Amino acid sequence: MPQTMFEKIWDRHVVEARPDGQCLLYVDRHLLHEGSFHGFGYLSDRGMPVRRPGQTFAVADHYVPTTSRCIEDIADETARGLVARLESNAAAYGVTHFGLDHEAQGIVHVIGPEQGLTLPGLLIVCGDSHTATHGALGAYAFGIGASEVSHVLATQTLWQMKPKTMRIGVDGERPAGVTGKDVILAIIAEISAAGATGHAVEFAGSLIQALSMEERMTVCNMTIEAGGRTGMIAADEKTFAYIKGRRYAPQGDDWEKALADWRSLPSDPGATYNTDVALDGTMLQPMMTWGTSPEQAAPISGAVPDPGDAPNAEKAEEWQGALEYIALRPGQKFQEVPVDRVFIGSCTNSRIEDLRAAAAIAKGRKVQVKQAMISPGSLLVKRQAEAEGLDRIFREAGFEWRESGCSMCVGINGDTIPAGERSASTSNRNFRGRQGPGARTHLVSPASAAAAAVTGRFADPRDFA
Amino acid sequence: MPQTPLIQLSAVGVPLDLANVDTDQLIPARFLKYPRDEKYRTYLFHDLRLKPDGADNPNFVLNNEPYRSNGRILVADRNFGCGSSRESAVYVLQDWGFRAVIAPSFGDIFFNNSFKNGFLPVRLPPEVCAKLRRDLHDDPGAEIKIDVEAQTITGPDNVLHPFEIDEFRKYCLMRGLDDIDFTLEHTAQIDAFERKNRPDWLGHNA
Repeated sequence: MPQTMFEKIWDRHVVEARPDGQCLLYVDRHLLHEGSFHGFGYLSDRGMPVRRPGQTFAVADHYVPTTSRCIEDIADETARGLVARLESNAAAYGVTHFGLDHEAQGIVHVIGPEQGLTLPGLLIVCGDSHTATHGALGAYAFGIGASEVSHVLATQTLWQMKPKTMRIGVDGERPAGVTGKDVILAIIAEISAAGATGHAVEFAGSLIQALSMEERMTVCNMTIEAGGRTGMIAADEKTFAYIKGRRYAPQGDDWEKALADWRSLPSDPGATYNTDVALDGTMLQPMMTWGTSPEQAAPISGAVPDPGDAPNAEKAEEWQGALEYIALRPGQKFQEVPVDRVFIGSCTNSRIEDLRAAAAIAKGRKVQVKQAMISPGSLLVKRQAEAEGLDRIFREAGFEWRESGCSMCVGINGDTIPAGERSASTSNRNFRGRQGPGARTHLVSPASAAAAAVTGRFADPRDFA
Repeated sequence: MPQTPLIQLSAVGVPLDLANVDTDQLIPARFLKYPRDEKYRTYLFHDLRLKPDGADNPNFVLNNEPYRSNGRILVADRNFGCGSSRESAVYVLQDWGFRAVIAPSFGDIFFNNSFKNGFLPVRLPPEVCAKLRRDLHDDPGAEIKIDVEAQTITGPDNVLHPFEIDEFRKYCLMRGLDDIDFTLEHTAQIDAFERKNRPDWLGHNA
């Protein structure tokens, strides 16, 4: 029987299947950040070791400062303690740790692919909901909670119910100015913030295949914003070229064996999915969110929707509440809305192509907002950008060029948006208070964020081409 | 970790008329760094429950009696607990005193995390949840009854609603069991899997 890519990868990881449908799955790679203190605490209380420390990798990203690489510079004592605790736990349990001063440091979902830890066919987990990012390389990757982190540390396995399968097909030639971020925002707007709940999503179709590897990561990254715990894209020649030669990628004979294996992973012709969704890629436009849920997104060229036009009374009420929080009026043109601050970074959009796209717009222009900040996704991304002179372009335009970390996406390292201010942000969540209490967040692509920074209002990046 | 078993519970139901309650509403990220001590419960719905100056928001359901000091079953709307993987979203509900949430749908990770802590998420149809919330508004302090063994919810109108829960989760919930102990009994199978089933191209250190 023809199988989907997800089913093939699932099957090869089943250690044991129970009659009630729960399966014990083997975890190939477990990524940790500071939030793992709950899990290590559990092991410590029980006097247990990490079962497979060689398959466990730790990096501090959530609480790290973007102004320094010194742990002593973390002003908040509790946050400093968490970064230090990750390092001491990693040392005590024999886990590889990419510390603040390590050349591989960065956001966990940026460095996984960058270091070659993320490979097709692997099962990868991390105590973070954006773990689906790694699915862009044809891995089965999903976010887990603290209890599950403890479970994986102790047993290298997890009990899971098999999710349903969903294929989201985006076909057609990509219109100019449309990025991976616009694609995923359009998908979420179409299927809703709960549209993929309970499903393992496979993004497919000619437009998805045409995306760069980094754009594929952006698309898979936000699967959780559509409700799906995992999103994946079939590995192809582009994927293999991306992986080859990376630090933890297979080498020599192993590389040839891996390639043969990886080529067998994509969904078989005729494989069926529980749910099929299709989008016409030729209709896509640069997108932004206008509300407090990622599903509340529309083309930047448009205007704030009217709750009176909502599909039902319940949605109308939600839209109304969102507009009150975000302080926008129905009918207001997006390009007339002033922006206070711009953030370019996060596991969604902080890779080198993101920075290049933003720099192309920033070049020779000046920042027109209170603050425009760039946090590259990793030290390697930062160095690459500096080698290309992007940092100079940004600095000359008035952007702040920072260090890497989760930063203003989650706002727990001290980088926040003040109450009542409006941000154009390349991150993944526009929830109330996400970037700080009372912050008004609008999600956009890096190009659109740069366009907003140099315009002082939301702007259509196509006008800068 | 071992949990308090949940078998049957009759308790005040709290109606929460908000859809897409995300984990940043349940517990804002800035509180995640703190240990789970006696203050932890005060982080629940922090920015909805309190005004920016720290005063109670009188419009938020948990600030009004009989819910302020009572209420162990939350009745919510669709996509409850969407967003991040933070298990703190479950801890904070528990520490407030909640044992269960009834909603039409849940964020996948929140749903999963709940069971790991002996906390019950119950999916009921949207119209049933809406009726339960209406009945609770009409009669504040009315109780809802949960019977895990029989897999039923009884509303204030005495109407019985069956719900689904998979056998293993039910077993663990009713006994307060930790699944790590259960899994450790399968160590031989995990050892065997590691010997035979891992891709050869990974090398021996995986």
